[in-house]
Amino acid sequence: MNFKGKDIVSIRDLSREEIDQVLDLAEKMIPYAKGEAFTKVLEGRILANLFFEPSTRTHMSFMTAMSRLGGRTMEMAHPSMMSVAKGETLTDTIRMVESYSDVIVLRHPYEGSARLAAHFSSKPVINAGDGAGQHPTQTLLDLFTIRREFKKIEDIKVALVGDLKYGRTVHSLAEALTLFGAEVTFVAPANLQMPRETVRQVEKLGGKPKLTSKLEDVIKEADVLYITRIQKERFPDPAEYQKVAGCYRIDNDLLREAKRDLIVMHPLPRVDEIAPEVDATAHARYFVQAFNGVPVRMALLQLVLGGGEL
Amino acid sequence: MKEFKVTPIRNGTVIDHIECGMALKVLRIIGVSGTNVHSPVSVLMHVPSSKAGFKDVVKVEDRELDAKEVDKIALISPLATINIIRDFNVAEKHNAALPDVVRGIVRCGNPSCITNLKEPVESEFTVESKNPPVLRCIYCDRILEDIAEHLQ
Repeated sequence: MNFKGKDIVSIRDLSREEIDQVLDLAEKMIPYAKGEAFTKVLEGRILANLFFEPSTRTHMSFMTAMSRLGGRTMEMAHPSMMSVAKGETLTDTIRMVESYSDVIVLRHPYEGSARLAAHFSSKPVINAGDGAGQHPTQTLLDLFTIRREFKKIEDIKVALVGDLKYGRTVHSLAEALTLFGAEVTFVAPANLQMPRETVRQVEKLGGKPKLTSKLEDVIKEADVLYITRIQKERFPDPAEYQKVAGCYRIDNDLLREAKRDLIVMHPLPRVDEIAPEVDATAHARYFVQAFNGVPVRMALLQLVLGGGEL
Repeated sequence: MKEFKVTPIRNGTVIDHIECGMALKVLRIIGVSGTNVHSPVSVLMHVPSSKAGFKDVVKVEDRELDAKEVDKIALISPLATINIIRDFNVAEKHNAALPDVVRGIVRCGNPSCITNLKEPVESEFTVESKNPPVLRCIYCDRILEDIAEHLQ
């Protein structure tokens, strides 16, 4: 598959074969991502990092990824200092920035902004999160983390836990996992459970998702616990939030029931969902997962910019 | 004896088989407000129909609908038929069939969709189902709820 010039807006834009191609290349990128090997395969290329919203991991890992490949990153000054604050449309910003760079990475608070940018840009656009919309590089690095751990994704039992209603990232992940033959269970309180549309989509892809509100129902069987943050602002009553958040807190007591090789994942930042004591156990994978963002993003940059051999 | 509640029209458009209760929305689509028309407009609601039990019908004299208006009608009443009448005869008959992609006639209902900002872009939806119409915004990927409320 030729990725050169391709926009990466939604994980749905990629076939299973294309996702495999990205993950295979990400595997080869690991020594380069760790600084154990060196390459200048993207020397002379410029990445425009357009972040209209704060981000820690995505922003920094794209910068690291581009640097590790020998390319350079152009940063946007704080949006409030740019013409955006003077009322410039995203379209005009994109038209300008595409003439300064070879690839655009965009994080924007409005859903569909990356698709709009891709529509106007002749340079490839990579969606780094569009509000509550898509975040395909997060999905790719989640898949990569599971594949690296278990050497496959098929038949792996993944429990998605927490706020499954509002975050589209977890919807895309549920679909992508099913596409690869994983068995998904949705663990959430009734008011934050996976939307029916996503459950139907998972079923359409051949999955048989299970829904429950109890972590105890899945803890003995699961290979992966994928925890998401339950956001306080979704609850009008703080007491109600405490009750729900407490139900899904992962600690060593709970993990005593789990399989020995169960891994705990979290897109980060975490608040109270995972007790710090878990960090020292063999189950914790969230920091490895955050690192995996680098080789995965390196692979994507290399593919969309059509760089040569490493 | 058959009773005609509304007489046939000489020239204009008859929109037939409108889903029951949708006639007033059809009037809005074709821009009839009551003060801006110079020829008669007849609205029949809850008329017995052999196909669907009951239907609405709208007759607009001295005016032929354009393609965009027909597409909009298809969005709220996919089984409607549009008959262009010339000199008391049906000169053209169209089914209000939806195309596979709908552009510029309905806006996205998601307030956080980028198309609801001042961007120089037409709204665009893929038609996931024609009856009942289900539209998905190609930008924010959300299904549009309550299509009639979001017609442009």
